[in-house]
Amino acid sequence: MNTNKLSDKNIPLTPAECEAPNMQVGEKKDSLLKYLIVGVLFGIVFVKAEIISWFRIQEMFRLQSFFMYGVIGSAILVGLISIQLIKRFDIKTISGEKVKIGNKEFRKGQIIGGFIFGLGWAITGACPGPLFAQIGSGFTVVLVTLLSAIAGTWVYGKYSDKLPN
Amino acid sequence: MEQIIEWISQPWPWYVAGPLIGLTVPALLILGNKSFGISSSLRHACAACIPASIPFFTYDWKKEMWNIVFVLGVLLGGVIAGFLLSNPDAIVISESTQADLSALGLTDFSALMPSEIFNWSNLFTLKGLFFFVIGGFLVGFGTRYAGGCTSGHAIMGLSNLQLPSLIATIAFMLGGFAMTHLLLPHIMKFVGL
Repeated sequence: MNTNKLSDKNIPLTPAECEAPNMQVGEKKDSLLKYLIVGVLFGIVFVKAEIISWFRIQEMFRLQSFFMYGVIGSAILVGLISIQLIKRFDIKTISGEKVKIGNKEFRKGQIIGGFIFGLGWAITGACPGPLFAQIGSGFTVVLVTLLSAIAGTWVYGKYSDKLPN
Repeated sequence: MEQIIEWISQPWPWYVAGPLIGLTVPALLILGNKSFGISSSLRHACAACIPASIPFFTYDWKKEMWNIVFVLGVLLGGVIAGFLLSNPDAIVISESTQADLSALGLTDFSALMPSEIFNWSNLFTLKGLFFFVIGGFLVGFGTRYAGGCTSGHAIMGLSNLQLPSLIATIAFMLGGFAMTHLLLPHIMKFVGL
């Protein structure tokens, strides 16, 4: 019982509130291949649509091109319709589970952290996804940016209880 | 077959790329009940390599292996698209953006990234410090503080009509506008562009 209590205490610190709240059943190694395939397709789209371009991000923040707004807007629209269809028709996962999507709770971090991320997005020309695709497509120096982003994540984790949230 | 390769090699328009990215949301949900998100992979990297007994990193990251495999896939996708399907022509950038950036000191607009900045020879210079080290730190720190990035909040969260994600997305954009219009001109001058 004591150990249970301890782990209960830790729950808010597990990724329950982050964007991939999937502390569910661990996957078998062979079933991980499907995520690799989705990732590969996703990475190809990033590079082929030039979303990984530092210049595209500059166009977006200078309001000089509709391109990125079109990409993000149509992605949300398709995601929204998909989730509505999944909910409406109670579409199950391939292993027959009910689809579960966690709700996000409001915290101050979404404003402060969000603004900080925005500053970094405009200077690096990348959010985390494109960082990986930039490295893959040959801009290997972005590896340094990625390591620094991991360091930033670590520093947040170290001081998260001291920051307003 | 050649025609198909040629068509794929062209840059894809937003109305092809956006919906394909949007389809990642149901694909991950239906394949394994996973919520789309990328920045948490950075957290899993910390948990796996340097947890240092910090509670925020003390969890069973192996259960999140799908997320790490997913971002490795994104990297591999970058390799495939960048080397096998790459566009032979220079990127087409809005003329006004090109004019603005020329005024800030950039001259090479041929690649996806400005070669004057994103270059190994800049690693130990002020350019490297601002564009790689500080920029990357802000991305990693900010996304984790916000609890997500463009994928987790803007795409997954807004697709699921989450108000906190709308607030986060507005904050991302405000940060980006502030950097682009208020800080970047000074930074670019300072680093010697």
